[in-house]
Amino acid sequence: MKKQIKSSLATKLFTIAVLIIVWFLAYNYLPLFAKWLSFDVFKLKQGSHLGEAIYFFLYDTPKVFLLLILVVFGVGIIRSFFTPERTRKLLQGRKEFIGNIIAAGLGIVTPFCTCSAVPLFIGFVEVGIPLGVTFSFLISAPMINEVALVLLFGLFGWKVAVLYLITGLLIAIISGIIIGRMKLEHEVEDWVYEIRSNGGDAEISNMTWSDRIDFAVDSVKNIVGNVWLYIIIGLAIGAIIHGYVPENLLAGIMGKKAWWSVPLAVVIGVPMYSNAAGIIPIVQALLEKGASLGTVLAFMMAVIGLSLPETIILRKVLKPKLIAIFISIVATGILIIGYLFNLIL
Amino acid sequence: MKIKVLGVGCANCKLLLERVKEAIRDSGVQAEIEYITDMKEIMKFNVMSMPGLVINDKVVSTGKVLSKEEIISKIMTAKAGEEQ
Repeated sequence: MKKQIKSSLATKLFTIAVLIIVWFLAYNYLPLFAKWLSFDVFKLKQGSHLGEAIYFFLYDTPKVFLLLILVVFGVGIIRSFFTPERTRKLLQGRKEFIGNIIAAGLGIVTPFCTCSAVPLFIGFVEVGIPLGVTFSFLISAPMINEVALVLLFGLFGWKVAVLYLITGLLIAIISGIIIGRMKLEHEVEDWVYEIRSNGGDAEISNMTWSDRIDFAVDSVKNIVGNVWLYIIIGLAIGAIIHGYVPENLLAGIMGKKAWWSVPLAVVIGVPMYSNAAGIIPIVQALLEKGASLGTVLAFMMAVIGLSLPETIILRKVLKPKLIAIFISIVATGILIIGYLFNLIL
Repeated sequence: MKIKVLGVGCANCKLLLERVKEAIRDSGVQAEIEYITDMKEIMKFNVMSMPGLVINDKVVSTGKVLSKEEIISKIMTAKAGEEQ
């Protein structure tokens, strides 16, 4: 890695080009390879429980990792243009509505981790960005993340991934507008308004393209390093469900006809803390066995979008009433999305 | 030299603190390290992504766990600035 930091931009671009070719070859030959490995090398019977489970695992695991690496790298390059400082500048002085839309969009591309939620919140409020606009950002940032999108794309196809993106944005925008309209500024802890920074932004260093590539490589290492185990465990459980659980077993419990399945999914999902990585493969297997898409999406959004650790952290700056309002509005949004999908799909 | 690590107790912030300690040990520079978790203190530096690294009251990095080598190079730059 040390060598790579020192190597020139040309070498880096060349390496990337070669890797992209290798990537496409690997992605295209993956189904053949997984078939060969499961049915020729391991001599498993095609159509048997064990054979199907193993094939599913051997095919999906590399596929998800290939997609993850490509997308996280691409998103890393995009994110190197959007520091929180720059995002704040883009949002400063924006009015409600337009501000909410931009904030939700920026939530996707701005690097964000739960531990930065509080400094971000204070930083936004301090320069006069409206509370509702700030919330649009804070809702969209964790809920719509590249790991979730990659997994949805890889395991469910592009339609579901796009649906997730659009509905996630809608929830962030509308919840932000509602919170803004409710005039809840006094429900923010008082000390937040007393903070005055030394003035001026922390220095924003200009990145070269070489730096951007390093930044993207770093984010691949960080993100893949953080989630790989969850993905493998998730896919393994998914593979077992795929091979052994009978079709339509779950239709009664998690299907469209069970009206209570959506609220139940949200209630179970909110206190759960998992990244998208572990939950999606399991959810896919459930879906295959008769659970409905609306229920499954609601569950996912509740798990990733409303996490207990984030609300605990936000409690430092928000009074309990505002926390409660924030959770109820977002949870209601998720419920509506869940029912809507069960209704139209 | 005064070095401050800004963090709110997340894993990445603690990792940066550890690396700063290592960097100081390895570079042999005389430095005072402070780990700041108080939000009011942190916001004085106008930093919005954790962890942050401050050397001699100047923010040199935000939102990133620097490698030991990167930290040493930042310390050296700051040291050169001190001596001027």
